[in-house]
Amino acid sequence: MSTILPLTGNESGAEVMRQIAPDVVAAYPITPQTELMHRFADYVADGKVPTELILVESEHSAMSACVGASAAGARVMTATSSQGMALMWEILYIAAALRLPIVMPLVNRSLSAPINIHCDHSDSMGARDTGWLQLYCENCQEIYDTGIQAMKIAENKDVLLPVMVCYDGFILSHTVERVELLEDHEVKGFIGEHIADHPLLDVDNPVTYGPLDLQDFYFEHKRQEAEAMRNAKPVVLQVAEEYEVLSGRKYGLFEEYFSKDAEYIMVCLGSAAGTAKAAVDELRAAGENVGLLKLRVFRPFPAEELVAALADAKRIAVMDRADGVNSIGGPVFSEIRAALYGRSSAKISNYIYGLGGRDIDIEMMKSVFQDMKDGKYAEEAFYLGVRE
Amino acid sequence: MNQMPEHPLERFLRMDRIPHIWCSGCGIGTAVTCFMKALDEAEIDPDKVVVVSGIGCTGRVAGYVKFDSFHTTHGRAVPFATGAKLANPELTVIVFSGDGDLFAIGGNHFIHAARRNVDIKVFCINNFIYGMTGGQVAPTTPLGARTSTSPYGCFEPPFNLPYLAESSGAVYVARWTPLHIRRLTHSMAEAITKKGFSFVEIVSPCPTVYSRYNRLGDGLDMIKYYRDNCRIENWADTKNVPMEMGSEIVVGKFVDIDKPTFLDYQRGQTDGK
Ligand SMILES: Cc1ncc(C[n+]2csc(CCOP(=O)(O)OP(=O)(O)O)c2C)c(N)n1
Ligand code: SF4
Repeated sequence: MSTILPLTGNESGAEVMRQIAPDVVAAYPITPQTELMHRFADYVADGKVPTELILVESEHSAMSACVGASAAGARVMTATSSQGMALMWEILYIAAALRLPIVMPLVNRSLSAPINIHCDHSDSMGARDTGWLQLYCENCQEIYDTGIQAMKIAENKDVLLPVMVCYDGFILSHTVERVELLEDHEVKGFIGEHIADHPLLDVDNPVTYGPLDLQDFYFEHKRQEAEAMRNAKPVVLQVAEEYEVLSGRKYGLFEEYFSKDAEYIMVCLGSAAGTAKAAVDELRAAGENVGLLKLRVFRPFPAEELVAALADAKRIAVMDRADGVNSIGGPVFSEIRAALYGRSSAKISNYIYGLGGRDIDIEMMKSVFQDMKDGKYAEEAFYLGVRE
Repeated sequence: MNQMPEHPLERFLRMDRIPHIWCSGCGIGTAVTCFMKALDEAEIDPDKVVVVSGIGCTGRVAGYVKFDSFHTTHGRAVPFATGAKLANPELTVIVFSGDGDLFAIGGNHFIHAARRNVDIKVFCINNFIYGMTGGQVAPTTPLGARTSTSPYGCFEPPFNLPYLAESSGAVYVARWTPLHIRRLTHSMAEAITKKGFSFVEIVSPCPTVYSRYNRLGDGLDMIKYYRDNCRIENWADTKNVPMEMGSEIVVGKFVDIDKPTFLDYQRGQTDGK
């Protein structure tokens, strides 16, 4: 049995947290994450979840408290956006390197300056190499499904890494959609009991977290962390399979939307993938050979699988909702081009779009496909929808 | 021709940014008016004034005033201001920000700037809540007060800001409300001309979130509350001025002392070397 509710993205995130019922949540408010925590604070206050909720004085403290609680053996979550995540920076690396399976909804919002509260991916993309897994959502259903799966992925013994569930601020966080929820007991059964690995509270087997680790073992520990990220890829797929059995909804590393036989493929992540699908539908109806590859798992980066999926494309356009400001291109583009280097003859172009919440519509998506067909190409990124 | 005369404070405001975002009945607007008047009273050259704000409803002040101004990140107004003052000590540097910005995420900066006695002025709107983000519990929220993240009442004890400022090293400490416009203006003017780290707390109504969650009425009801419940006690021991839900609010000028500033000390060490 499942319940169907009209939920915003943030409400879907709050449902995830209610059903996971973490032992500890530490949070600080930031737009557009706020409603998620309001709703969750209500659940806590009403006794609907047994969570210890700490409303700390900054995001640096929030992530620090999460690290402390997780090391002590608790199941832990938090949520943030933009500047909030920027302020967590130092501790993001600590959470990953200490192998603490914290799950964090990250409601994507642009980074200052100038200050802007609307969506782009500069916050999560900046944190792409912190050792956190990153899963991106297209709609509110995916926020819910991904949040539940994230906990199970994070706590897998071969992974033990924190996971960011990224979804677009306002576009998803504040939009109501139809969301199908699992029953509470189904979620409980799916994620299982939290069995902490080397918890601080195991007083019979005392451990120390985070001590000095110099030339002797630091390198080996970082190597293990890298290995855990590699291990995560099959675990993401295995958890997706188990989730499909439970929910009937299918997830993978990415979604191939009419891209298998397409000559012109767009690569995109987040809510804009929905807009891109509409563009593909229209162009396919007009007989054009176009498709979309919607990236879901950005960390671990599914290079092998992407190479296979993009092998037959004539042209590829990679959409980035964050600028690398590096004179090369956006982060998704850089990864895809590196993965395809020497393994594809397709020309790959890069489009930076939607910074600071700038709207992207179906016509703009279609123009990208048109560019590919016209052979429009440049080494540098194209900027879509900006006043030059 | 019937031309509207210019409002006397227009010269201090970026009129192209008006109307402002503040809700009707909010205390921030009144406090900004007092601030403009205080600049007049203090006879400060507006070209030598820098206004620094953090993020929040109060943080928007930096965008409305026609001075050199800096809308910084959340919590960091004080260190930005410290940098501005040390780079150009001729400037009068004023931080205008919210209680959450200054005492939650930015609390560490406040105590250290006060300890060093950096010659900046901090004007804090204390509305007991994070206004801009939807009324969450803050380190200034009184015990028992309801907020969007403490639906059955806050259970953490709040800061007593004048006490915190004094014990950290501030040389000037006052507290007023938007009811006390003349006194608030005068205190701001004194803080502006004072040498050293000066702090003015403005206890302020937030009808849209704080008052709504706690059923305290609109902005005018809060002003009436201040009228009936504020007690002016200059030189009160700051230890004795905490605020509780529904309690008396002690207002006044609490601290006004002289001691060398950060730059005085530093120059004392480096002069002649
Ligand atoms: C690092 C970071 N965390 C969180 C926020 C979100 N945020 C913006 S304003 C604010 C609180 C404002 O409260 P306060 O300083 O009391 O000012 P008020 O709005 O009440 O005037 C918060 C939490 C942010 N901008 N940056
Ligand atoms: S939310 Fe509160 S503090 Fe912010 S402008 Fe409105 S009344 Fe003022």
